Amino acid sequence: MSKNLFEKVWAAHSVRDLPSGQTQLFVGLHLIHEVTSPQAFQMLRERGLKVMHPERTFATVDHIIPTDMRDRPFLDALAEEMMVAIEDNARDFEIPLFGMNDQRQGIVHVIGPELGLTQPGMTIACGDSHTSTHGAFGAIAFGIGTSQVRDVLASQCMAMARPKVRRVEVNGTLGEGVYAKDVTLHVIGALGVKGGVGFAYEYAGEALDRMSMEERMTVCNMSIEGGARCGYVNPDETTFEYLEGRAHTPKGADFHRAVEWWKGIASGDGAGYDDVVQMDGGAIAPTVTWGINPGQSCSVDGTLPRPEDATGDAASIVEALQYMGFEGGQRIEGTPIEVAFIGSCTNSRISDLREAARVARGRKVASGVKALVVPGSHDVRDQAQAEGLDQVFRDAGFEWREAGCSMCLAMNPDKLQGRQMCASSSNRNFKGRQGSPTGRTLLMSPAMVAAAAINGKVTDVRDLLN
Amino acid sequence: MTQPASTASSIRKCISGRVVPIRGNDIDTDRIIPARYLRTVTFDGLGEHVFEDDRVAEGHPFDNSSYAGAAILLANDNFGCGSSREHAPQALLRWGIQVFVAESFAEIFFGNCVSLGLPCLQASAADVDRLMARIEAEPTLVMQCDIEAQEVRFGADRIAATTPAGTRQQFLDGSWDALAQLLDEPAAIEAAAARLPYLNGF
Ligand code: SF4
Repeated sequence: MSKNLFEKVWAAHSVRDLPSGQTQLFVGLHLIHEVTSPQAFQMLRERGLKVMHPERTFATVDHIIPTDMRDRPFLDALAEEMMVAIEDNARDFEIPLFGMNDQRQGIVHVIGPELGLTQPGMTIACGDSHTSTHGAFGAIAFGIGTSQVRDVLASQCMAMARPKVRRVEVNGTLGEGVYAKDVTLHVIGALGVKGGVGFAYEYAGEALDRMSMEERMTVCNMSIEGGARCGYVNPDETTFEYLEGRAHTPKGADFHRAVEWWKGIASGDGAGYDDVVQMDGGAIAPTVTWGINPGQSCSVDGTLPRPEDATGDAASIVEALQYMGFEGGQRIEGTPIEVAFIGSCTNSRISDLREAARVARGRKVASGVKALVVPGSHDVRDQAQAEGLDQVFRDAGFEWREAGCSMCLAMNPDKLQGRQMCASSSNRNFKGRQGSPTGRTLLMSPAMVAAAAINGKVTDVRDLLN
Repeated sequence: MTQPASTASSIRKCISGRVVPIRGNDIDTDRIIPARYLRTVTFDGLGEHVFEDDRVAEGHPFDNSSYAGAAILLANDNFGCGSSREHAPQALLRWGIQVFVAESFAEIFFGNCVSLGLPCLQASAADVDRLMARIEAEPTLVMQCDIEAQEVRFGADRIAATTPAGTRQQFLDGSWDALAQLLDEPAAIEAAAARLPYLNGF
């Protein structure tokens, strides 16, 4: 039987079997940012260790940085301390840093692909759970904790047990107004927030085949929200076309040799899987979360579950309804919102902004709604400005910001206040995630966020696209 | 702060102590330690902010003096899901937790715990339920988490509580801190790098 991509990449990067039964896995690309790395460098200093491959490590800043006023020192002294730490660490350990004013700066999972650092067949690690994003290129990309960041810095390796592989096939054609975000929310809803524990997800099927790289990134990004530590799509012509000509992509004859290797690393016909699930992409509607984890979602024209009818975990439904202030059985459409956030490593790329701008163009944000657009990188921001999208958003009443994570996790000044209800294109609707301990998040596609901002309530974007 | 390398003090065979129960599935790491406490370059001082936003509500177990000093955290399904932040187990460790027993754990959280020498033991839903009820009725009950025997004992009762064989071995011989092993064979690392087309001009 031929092998799947995961098995081939794993084998190619295996250094040796460890006594624990885990594999010592070589890490081809290590990405770091300011929040989960300072303690790792401190551990290296305490043990007198060096970074083994500083040229395979790239640093950027995204989590804590402000997205409006960027003067140094930051108003937040703790954030300033973290900035200084990554600047010092990058300098002392000779790691390239894409700092705040560098054209290459942006959310770590946006810039890796953008710069061509992310390539098929690589192993990629980063101290951030959404590292799964890079799987869109047919890389095996894992989120890791700070002790493992230390391990990768010191040894360019990590110790890991090999997961099983589940193929998730989404067939059919997505309808108008249905995006990659809806697909990923649908998959998580169907398989559950822990359905992927112990698995790598191979996404496939006609819907994935037709997706752009940016859409595939959105799907792979949220793998971890379904419990899968990594998710990937086999590389194809779409992948190669995206990569050609990027800063770190091989050039000329090297590129053609690379493409041959990339083709060879893809899952072979008849490759085996530990599990296969199939879904009909044509049946997916614009999807909105109503609860406190990304699996608690329904179609925009659907209704919330009633705990008394629940077949599964009724207590979780009760807890979520109570936190959100919702009633079982109510419709999600029409839910008033106070904040609209377009951004995050899930949905802050140029195609996301184009789709949101399509909805916002010539319309106005409803009064009383605070709406902001935070591009994923410097490059995305410049591209959007070149296309005039910033003006579309500004004219509609959105704030137009600098690149960063912003209100995805609210470690910078962008935060919800009190119980504000936020339509968000990010990836987590956990209690308190967007900076207020009682704040509420409704996850949806960027176009749906724009529609919610315009109408001041959860809206079926298909009504505004027609 | 860093954990000791493999030494006698890093061996984890059996951990005894009182138990703090945290009810609910899918407790994510944002709840264990809210993001605002990640604005720090060390892990020191995180212990006092564990579950801070959940503790605004009355009667959180971490504020219940009967559970003060607990070394064992008992949880339901998919504990530690969400963000990869090691700050979550670091904060719990600093509060005093030395071992976890739950129906299941999220993967990154589990790995982070291993790196810190914190065993995560898995028990059946029915056993966790029974145990929670028992602890809530008798908060000062002392429990033994026997990593070697793969069971948890309390009073005359015992339940199966398991961790994968390789992980169990790492705790029994004190080799849970992977870094020393990863640096053991530098030649093998370089050999792997030399085989990879993308590191060698394709
Ligand atoms: S955008 Fe959000 S999820 Fe993505 S890396 Fe930043 S904080 Fe993490």
